[in-house]
Amino acid sequence: MQTSFLFGRLSWESLPLHEPIVVVTFGVVALGGIAVVGALTYFRLWGYLWREWFTSVDHKKIGIMYMVLGIIMLLRGFADAIMMRLQQAWAFNGSEGYLNAHHYDQIFTAHGVIMIFFVAMPLVTGLMNYVVPLQIGARDVSFPFLNNFSFWMTVGGAVLVMASLFIGEFAKTGWLAYPPLSNIGYSPDVGVDYYIWALQIAGVGTTLSGINLICTIIKLRAPGMTLMKMPVFTWTSLCTNVLIVASFPVLTAVLVLLGLDRYVGTNFFTNDFGGSPMMYVNLIWIWGHPEVYILILPLFGVFSEVTSTFSGKRLFGYTSMVYATVVITVLSYLVWLHHFFTMGSGASVNSFFGITTMIISIPTGAKIFNWLFTMYRGRIRFELPMMWTIAFMLTFVVGGMTGVLLAVPPADFVLHNSLFLIAHFHNVIIGGVLFGLFAGIAYWWPKAFGFKLDPFWGKVSFWCWVVGFWLAFTPLYVLGLMGVTRRMRVFDDPSLHIWFIIAGIGALVIAAGIGAFLLQIAVSVWKRKELVDVTGDPWDGRTLEWSTSSPPPDYNFAFTPIVHDNDAWADMKRRGHGRPLTGFRPIHMPRSTGTGVILAGLSVACGFALIWYIWWLAALSFAGIVATAIWHTFNYHRDYHIPADEIVRTEEARTQALASRG
Amino acid sequence: MATNLQTTAGGTPVFYDLDEHDHPEGGSTMLGFWIYLMSDCLIFAILFAVYGVLGASYAAGPAPKDLFDLPLVAVNTAMLLMSSITYGFAMLEMQRGRAGAVQAWLAVTGLFGLAFIGIELYEFAHMIHEGATPQRSAFLSSFFTLVGTHGLHVTFGIIWLVTLMVQVARHGLIAANQRRLMCLSMFWHFLDVIWIGVFTFVYLMGMLR
Repeated sequence: MQTSFLFGRLSWESLPLHEPIVVVTFGVVALGGIAVVGALTYFRLWGYLWREWFTSVDHKKIGIMYMVLGIIMLLRGFADAIMMRLQQAWAFNGSEGYLNAHHYDQIFTAHGVIMIFFVAMPLVTGLMNYVVPLQIGARDVSFPFLNNFSFWMTVGGAVLVMASLFIGEFAKTGWLAYPPLSNIGYSPDVGVDYYIWALQIAGVGTTLSGINLICTIIKLRAPGMTLMKMPVFTWTSLCTNVLIVASFPVLTAVLVLLGLDRYVGTNFFTNDFGGSPMMYVNLIWIWGHPEVYILILPLFGVFSEVTSTFSGKRLFGYTSMVYATVVITVLSYLVWLHHFFTMGSGASVNSFFGITTMIISIPTGAKIFNWLFTMYRGRIRFELPMMWTIAFMLTFVVGGMTGVLLAVPPADFVLHNSLFLIAHFHNVIIGGVLFGLFAGIAYWWPKAFGFKLDPFWGKVSFWCWVVGFWLAFTPLYVLGLMGVTRRMRVFDDPSLHIWFIIAGIGALVIAAGIGAFLLQIAVSVWKRKELVDVTGDPWDGRTLEWSTSSPPPDYNFAFTPIVHDNDAWADMKRRGHGRPLTGFRPIHMPRSTGTGVILAGLSVACGFALIWYIWWLAALSFAGIVATAIWHTFNYHRDYHIPADEIVRTEEARTQALASRG
Repeated sequence: MATNLQTTAGGTPVFYDLDEHDHPEGGSTMLGFWIYLMSDCLIFAILFAVYGVLGASYAAGPAPKDLFDLPLVAVNTAMLLMSSITYGFAMLEMQRGRAGAVQAWLAVTGLFGLAFIGIELYEFAHMIHEGATPQRSAFLSSFFTLVGTHGLHVTFGIIWLVTLMVQVARHGLIAANQRRLMCLSMFWHFLDVIWIGVFTFVYLMGMLR
């Protein structure tokens, strides 16, 4: 490939002008982007966004920004999904469908990468960011600037993935980019480089936010909140962040090695000169398996909070729930090889990993029973979060059982790489992670914005998602059992056709579910006066986040609560706490900074330059990153005090709001 | 937490901390930095594991015995170990509050660090000159990556050290600077520990192969 000094590999041919689908997409995105930028400029919102959001170190705002990022990327990831469904329903009877192989391969890769790294991760991180400090009675996270920086690094990764759609191309390797296919010999284009640098940049953010939240939970809990009095969501968040810190460095290292193979010509994963492609598969799954527990554990926490709140009881088996979470955390490191039983490790090794995998279903099963026993003899309110929880329990159990089935090595030899596997992991990721996120969003939305989500459109979205999920993925179980492998673009056997059509219809129903979800948000904002909640405690909640106003003030709590029991807020309500109305003191808070945005921007520039071999820009932006980081450390004034009279005003307003409710 | 917060005289529990003080600034920094170091340790763990797997894949190229100059590496090890000792002296002086002596020991530490990097670069250049490049075999790929990653860490440690020297010169041994010196101290000793692993597993055991 030709490279020039100024532009590296980048040239006019890099723009995919020959792909009409991409050109149209670009047109739509460009028009949408221009409209958004124009509207922000017209309404003079840039200054507001920059001051109040982009540079904010407030964990609540950062949490909301993570959620916005996740939902935007969900639309992109889902667009990829529906394109694949359409292609597979179309490409029968000699038809090639409408996507060429070059394009189709990028779509299934981008779908996986985006859904895991830029949808599930930001949504989970956003939820933890928003909720954990409130649940433990803290005013912010341990390292507020780092939190802002982590968020913008995640955005930086997402920007690179999105850029690959219009400048060059994305990887065509599948979402884990196995070598030798991903090595320079078989993937000489920029696709894998986009993959590497997008994940590296986002990975820095994820690791740092993991460290941040561990410190927050260990160090900033309210007085009296011992570890075994922490809310279960905080417990699962702690375990998730331990997993993040103990697994993302592995991803970083393995992608560095792949990068070295591609850029320098080393021989880690090559077929010759002593390299070992299978080592990549081992290493990436040592990160990859904990990763799936990183995604699901916080949602187990959400389901615990929701079940307990909407059953009006404390959680059944709190202690066993905590231990189950910890056991899953540990076991998640001992199962990675079940992703490649067919590699040929031998019967003993496969048996070991098959058995450890099956053992994970024991603590997970214990959790399901705990939720069921929490509901047993509870006064269950079937509000939206509870509905998602019930749907989760039914759906996830099926996904778990097909997982145990796949954990049997001989069965896996038959089902490996088939659509059965695809159905299984969508069964647990959609049925577990996504349903949990929707439960969490519906549950904590009133806390974040001071009004509930509209239940009607929420229920429409709920039913579309649940029905759509089963319509879309049951056929894949069937097809997998019939031996259809994943990532196929065209099919010869007409008897398979009907199942792909049903799956396509399911995807359309899910599309309606996404549409209804967006509509639900729009309608709720429109009807916010009707849906308003001034109490800050719309669900009769049990944990500390419900003890403050909705949305909480910048400082979260005027006085730090003191915890005496599990479900601290339920305890406070039961034993008649008196909300203090006088004696406010100035509160020490961190100051906003734009450094995070600048560092992430420079990282994107550096990543882009490395992807396109624009070495001068890479060197320049890397020097910029180091210089900015050093410059930031020369700022010793990173905090301020909210004056007492401002707190008096805020709390007075809350007193009046509570009184007006009567 | 003080137990007198738990109940009032009447026996009803106290639910709000009315007499609270700010969290001590930087109270989480040490824990956070420890966790960061452990995450960095994992990166090295992976590089060690990769070296363990590929360290004997010479691809008919040079092996450790053909390449390693053990006396040179021993001198280099001494440089790094000395730098850890001198950093320790800097921390002792910090406890005594003597900014000048801290600066002097930091400067000595930095010079030892530079000497280490210099010798390492000389070793690398020598190997590459002999045709033992990172591209030559999987053994050399993993060798250069493991040792080079350590060297890169030391390089950034030196940049950090210079930054801290400027900051100590400007603001003296204020609490924030003491905290930063503590962090760099942990980082520096951590790299020393990693190097002992490198020296043992890569160089000494490599010569036995």
